[in-house]
Amino acid sequence: MTAPAKVLSIEEIVGSLSSGMTIGIGGWGSRRKPMALVRAICRSSLSDLTVISYGGPDVGLLCAYGKVRRVIAPFVTLDSIALEPHFRAARRSGAIAFTEYDEGMFMFGLYAAAHRLPFLPTRAGLGSDVMRVNPDLRTVRSPYDDGEELVAMPALRMDVALVHMNRADARGNARYLGPDPYLDDLFVKAATTASYVSCERLVDTADLLDDGHVQSLLISRVHVTGVTETPRGAHFTTCEPDHGRDEAFQREYVKAAGDPAEWEAFRRRYLDGDEKAYQEAVR
Amino acid sequence: MTTGATRAEVCVTACAEAWRGDGEILAAAMGTCSVLGARLARLTFEPGLLTTDGGALLTAEAIPLGAEAGTIEGGLPFRDHLWLVAAGRRHVMMGAGQIDPYGNTNISAIGDWARPKSQLLGARGAPGNTRCNPTSYWIPRHSPRVFVERVDFVSGVGTDRGAFDLRRVVTDLGVFDFSGPGGTMRLVSVHPGVTVEEVMAATGFTPAVSGDVPPTRTPTEEELRLLREFLDPEARRDREVPT
Repeated sequence: MTAPAKVLSIEEIVGSLSSGMTIGIGGWGSRRKPMALVRAICRSSLSDLTVISYGGPDVGLLCAYGKVRRVIAPFVTLDSIALEPHFRAARRSGAIAFTEYDEGMFMFGLYAAAHRLPFLPTRAGLGSDVMRVNPDLRTVRSPYDDGEELVAMPALRMDVALVHMNRADARGNARYLGPDPYLDDLFVKAATTASYVSCERLVDTADLLDDGHVQSLLISRVHVTGVTETPRGAHFTTCEPDHGRDEAFQREYVKAAGDPAEWEAFRRRYLDGDEKAYQEAVR
Repeated sequence: MTTGATRAEVCVTACAEAWRGDGEILAAAMGTCSVLGARLARLTFEPGLLTTDGGALLTAEAIPLGAEAGTIEGGLPFRDHLWLVAAGRRHVMMGAGQIDPYGNTNISAIGDWARPKSQLLGARGAPGNTRCNPTSYWIPRHSPRVFVERVDFVSGVGTDRGAFDLRRVVTDLGVFDFSGPGGTMRLVSVHPGVTVEEVMAATGFTPAVSGDVPPTRTPTEEELRLLREFLDPEARRDREVPT
């Protein structure tokens, strides 16, 4: 008897999603985003999604394709380019709803969801307009002698989590090789319906650790529903050390976003085909 | 007093001064002169500071702008940044799209938040930073559009909204702290070649001014050498603050 194999295609993963779902996306800004899965969602008939993300071009692209009803995020950025053009356009036009939290609040929301807690207390957010624009946010008073008033950050509940890792095995164990795990482990633990891992390279379990440290095995199969191999699947975001950010392509993406005709051409050239076609087009 | 320092170089040492006395904490910096200031402070008068490679690595020594990390003394993934924020073991120097007299700052959106004229970054870590760890600001272009009576959205909280410890605001024109009436901004110094009147004209509110405003100190010979020959030989600082 062996552990169940969970290898799926990109299309199978996206085919398991449904409109109206709340989807958490790992990575941070324009770093290690599961872009192959995001691109496949853009090509699908899915709509009306709520997206929970330390936002980058994942949020931008989904907004550009009209897939999003609500974004829940502390920011949306491309890092080396500060502002995400499609997200900005969607905010300006009112096409999407936005729930804005502080980065630390957001992490506590992920911790709460991962632990199946209703909320966790934090000081982050107090006094800021994050409280004003989230009128549902409540505070709690410490039951101990300090009696401090704290924000009761609600769990960031999500149906599905999508993350991109450097290595994974067929069972869904996954490893990161870069300097930062981001909060990807919390996303896969928080998801209540399914968690999917895309990876640069699928390897045998025996090779998964490959002289590395056990701490780099960030994600356990116990939390993972399916895994798919998508080489350069984080493109154009970073996926160190397998590949850095494609800065030239990111600039092209931003430039194209500024003009409807240019965006149409960009879309046709890079995004209308499947992942294989995309990777060939950007090579 | 050293002669021949550019405005950008004065800005770098003014930023560095923000971390003086901080000891063994993370100097988190955003913007070229701010990053250079943190590293310069570490190389000179504040050797206990922790600084990064601009990413998730804590470098064993302060490194030049854009250089590889070299020897590292630790990792600093974002989750640990957030832990240092919560524990107050971090002094951050952030940017701001708008800042008001109490140091409330906006990096979220310009105009009505519900349907913004211009969506900026989002609150990022500003609410938690300002509530939990010492915070300063680096504003490379001091103008009445940035220094406003009232910000459109409070991302970073000011002294009137429970800020933990707002230290100073460094701009391309001068330096402020928050020792004005009721915790408002007070003009501490003006950079050499800048008049108080110029600062006032570039500020959309009236900051406190007490007595004669001294000039911002200029970099020492050693600071200039470190900056020009080691930390920033390509003079990227001059691109952020043209002379």
